[in-house]
Amino acid sequence: MTSYVPLSTMDLFFAAALVAINGAISFYYGLKLEKTLAIASVRMVVQLAAVALVLKFIFAQTSPLWTVLFACVMAIAAGAEIVMRQEHRFVGWRAMLLSSSPAFLSGLMTTFIALAVIQPQPWHAPRILLPILGMLVGNALSGVALVLDTMTSAALRERAAIEARLALGATRIVAFGDILRRSLRTGLMPILNAMAAAGIVSLPGMMTGQILAGIDPVEAAKYQVLIMFLIAGATAIAVLAGALASVHLLTDDRHRLRLDRLQTHTNRLR
Amino acid sequence: MLRVETLKVDPLPPLSFNVADGECLAIEGPSGSGKTRLLRAIADLDDAPGHVFLDGAERRELQAPEWRLRVRYVSSEPAWWTATAREAFDFAHPEMASRLDRSIAALALKTAILDNPLSTLSTGERQRLALVRAMIDEPRVLLLDEPSTGLDPQTAALVEELIRFQMLAGRSVILASHDQGQIGRLAHARLQLARPLPVRGGARQ
Repeated sequence: MTSYVPLSTMDLFFAAALVAINGAISFYYGLKLEKTLAIASVRMVVQLAAVALVLKFIFAQTSPLWTVLFACVMAIAAGAEIVMRQEHRFVGWRAMLLSSSPAFLSGLMTTFIALAVIQPQPWHAPRILLPILGMLVGNALSGVALVLDTMTSAALRERAAIEARLALGATRIVAFGDILRRSLRTGLMPILNAMAAAGIVSLPGMMTGQILAGIDPVEAAKYQVLIMFLIAGATAIAVLAGALASVHLLTDDRHRLRLDRLQTHTNRLR
Repeated sequence: MLRVETLKVDPLPPLSFNVADGECLAIEGPSGSGKTRLLRAIADLDDAPGHVFLDGAERRELQAPEWRLRVRYVSSEPAWWTATAREAFDFAHPEMASRLDRSIAALALKTAILDNPLSTLSTGERQRLALVRAMIDEPRVLLLDEPSTGLDPQTAALVEELIRFQMLAGRSVILASHDQGQIGRLAHARLQLARPLPVRGGARQ
């Protein structure tokens, strides 16, 4: 088995030269992306370097409190990311919390399942816990963001149809039935596609990383399968919770449509 | 009997009135005077302070869907959530089928229209189907918002006949209408909303 080949800083400069191709394209076609490109590249390097240093520090500690702190930062970042991706956002911090928390909570829940399966020593070993938590929350986050976006835009677009059903005596869950189903499908589609394409179209990032790090491909594939199933589980829970939360937020306890709780933002992150 | 007590729909003054079983109250007023908002508040589709009683029971004593099974708001611009009208008549009860056929015929519609895509029907056909949909499970109170907009005089007369039939069956009707002739033919009493409302953000007509 070939083992891990460390990279020198020079190697990275060499790779960075390839970004210049992006710059050349942008310049030649007048895309005006040079500044965005420069910022994005520098951000990536700084962010990854920073997180690497932080992780190195946390891995060296014995107290799990640092791990908890890192997870808390992750929770806030995930919530903010979901909110920022929405064109139509719920008004008020309670609503924001309710709509953005399912991603982190389901990621955390499934991380505990992963820890029970992998059985690291100690069980809260940050070098196992944090990367898995990050992957699960990241994927659940994309699902929830899609679900919220589908729910809110459908509610605005199909207001009349929803209210027609409410006026006929439908409960809010029945009145939102079709929209709920549609948004659940939308939220689950990326992970289903990723599972179907895994290994044929692309080698998943984590498996690639493990193979590059000198792990036996079969072992790497086993880990990838575990992670894929965990991601599917985390996404399913998060997507369902997010969808039900948005029905709850888009209506009140008298089963009235409450679009006044939505605020439209044009500066949405994509 | 439907009893409305100091129902406050912004920015009308608090309103109180009764509609007895089998009677029709007409709500008159220019566009923007709050007719739609008043009807929506009675159906509890919008929040409004005050009380609405049906046979002595206040709306908040019932679950909101239960209330709307009895007190039925029918929009002037009916919306559908299915591809064909048939799918929206999702009843298991066999009696509903014959009731549906009768109502369809009463409004000069063909049964085949139920299975045509709703997008291919005319505004008037969709309007009449929406009235049938709203009346088929026999709610106690009908809140009709401009029920014959977009209908020719003959069809409008058939709609009036259907409304009159509902009243004969003991149902109360509140009718928001511009049509003085229609009000004269159907209404037992009138409520005039005179003052036009200033347009507010989020307000619906």
